[in-house]
Amino acid sequence: MKKLILAATAIALTSGAAMAAPVRIATEGAYPPYNLVNDQTGQVDGFEVELGNELCKRAQLECTWVKNDWDSIIPNLVSSNYDAIMAGMSITEERKKAVSFTQAYYPPNPSAYAAPTADTNVEAGVVAAQTNTIQAAHVAESGATLLEFATPDEAVGAVRNGEAEAVFADKDFLVPIVEQSGGAMVWVEGKDDIPLGDGIGMAVRQSDTELKDKFDAAIKSMKDDGTLNTLSKKWFGEDALQF
Amino acid sequence: MFAYCADPKSLEGLEWLSCYLTSGAHRLFYLSFGTVILLLLITAPVALLFGFGGAMASRSRFAPLRWFGRIYTSMVRGVPDIIFFLFVPIALDQAFEWLRAKVYCDPSVPIRQGNEFLVCPAAKLPLSTAPEWIHQAYGITLAVIAFSVVFGAFAANVLYGAMNAVPRAQLETAEAYGMSPRQVNRRILIPQMWTYALPGLSNLWMILIKATPLLFVLGVEDIVYWARELGSSKTNAYAYPHPDWRLYYFLGILVFYLLMTWGSERVFARIRRRLSSGQATAAGEAMRKAPA
Repeated sequence: MKKLILAATAIALTSGAAMAAPVRIATEGAYPPYNLVNDQTGQVDGFEVELGNELCKRAQLECTWVKNDWDSIIPNLVSSNYDAIMAGMSITEERKKAVSFTQAYYPPNPSAYAAPTADTNVEAGVVAAQTNTIQAAHVAESGATLLEFATPDEAVGAVRNGEAEAVFADKDFLVPIVEQSGGAMVWVEGKDDIPLGDGIGMAVRQSDTELKDKFDAAIKSMKDDGTLNTLSKKWFGEDALQF
Repeated sequence: MFAYCADPKSLEGLEWLSCYLTSGAHRLFYLSFGTVILLLLITAPVALLFGFGGAMASRSRFAPLRWFGRIYTSMVRGVPDIIFFLFVPIALDQAFEWLRAKVYCDPSVPIRQGNEFLVCPAAKLPLSTAPEWIHQAYGITLAVIAFSVVFGAFAANVLYGAMNAVPRAQLETAEAYGMSPRQVNRRILIPQMWTYALPGLSNLWMILIKATPLLFVLGVEDIVYWARELGSSKTNAYAYPHPDWRLYYFLGILVFYLLMTWGSERVFARIRRRLSSGQATAAGEAMRKAPA
């Protein structure tokens, strides 16, 4: 009996020490090429997933991915359902009040308006954007009527079926959509390069400074040896923004 | 799935479609139909049990139990379902973690830090070390509890009404035979109430089937999630690019639900026949006269 208790305690103690809890990273899985659900495997994939896995390797962390709706992605982080967010989230002052960000792993990227015709007036009329994004905030201030959607794809769909006159989103997200639309979607003239936000970073809980430091160091090392730029080119094409 | 699916971009027509419909994401979509059916199969009996408890409590001669039963049925029935589905899983999850934190964590570290709800790793539910399927099963369990509480309240009301509908003469006869109140309940009241409860319960079952898309609201990857994900337009970043096909996917789900409710109707019709035979109700009377 004594031996059994001893063995049990030993297992309990060592298992706690040897197996650090894996870091759970949340992503939306609906924002290609940043993050998406790979249709061949059904698993999450994309720039951020590949980057996140490499960062975890460098920080010597074990990581698992969690899919979460964009709308509840910050509330679920602060209530500890997972430990970090990589979901194409721009670093803004507003969000810094709720969570802390690592340094940017993608430079400040322009947003763009896309519409069926290039001369659409985006300062009036109805403009679609994803809810709770910097783009939605920008449209709300621009004087146009904002139409919000839970996913970016639904915002694009609203323009295709005539519900909205234009869509405002990250340019990197819109580029493949505009290019592959066969002329049905074009950039709005003079409105295809609007700088917003301070770059895209990884969000962690404000109390989780240790995790933030680890990821900061890992992002720094990937910037220094150029692998981050190579990865950006792989997912965003040759014109990808570079550090 | 098939050997020729290795390079989807080179395929066309039926071959493309066969590969597309058997892709990994689609297999998860098909599995999610199982999630919905599993939820129904677990929730229905649990909710019936809740309802039975609620109905018995409402009829109890012990006043606090009776109040509990009445408050449960009237309160839950008076709150919109969706509020309940949003509230119960979050509240339960935090309550469980809070209780576990009291046991496993250092009490000097506060659980609420600013806007954060933070418990030590040992108190997390499920543990971060648990595999992904446990996290998903936990989410579904919370959903089952929320569904059961809501539908249990409705079932309690149906059963309570059904119990009151059993003719008093039946119970009186049993009492005259010298049965105790418990025996009357078990031998006379409960077997006879089903015929009165069935129309209400079958209604509830239909509503329960139609309420399953609320799983999507709770963050469970159910058929609605996958229909929206798979149906949304896909650019060349994906192996199978296609325009917005949500219409077809939602149409498929519509057919699925129609088949489910149509099948249920048939099953209920059979049960109704069985329960009505020999009963002193209008339906039982009609069956008695039919052969003549």
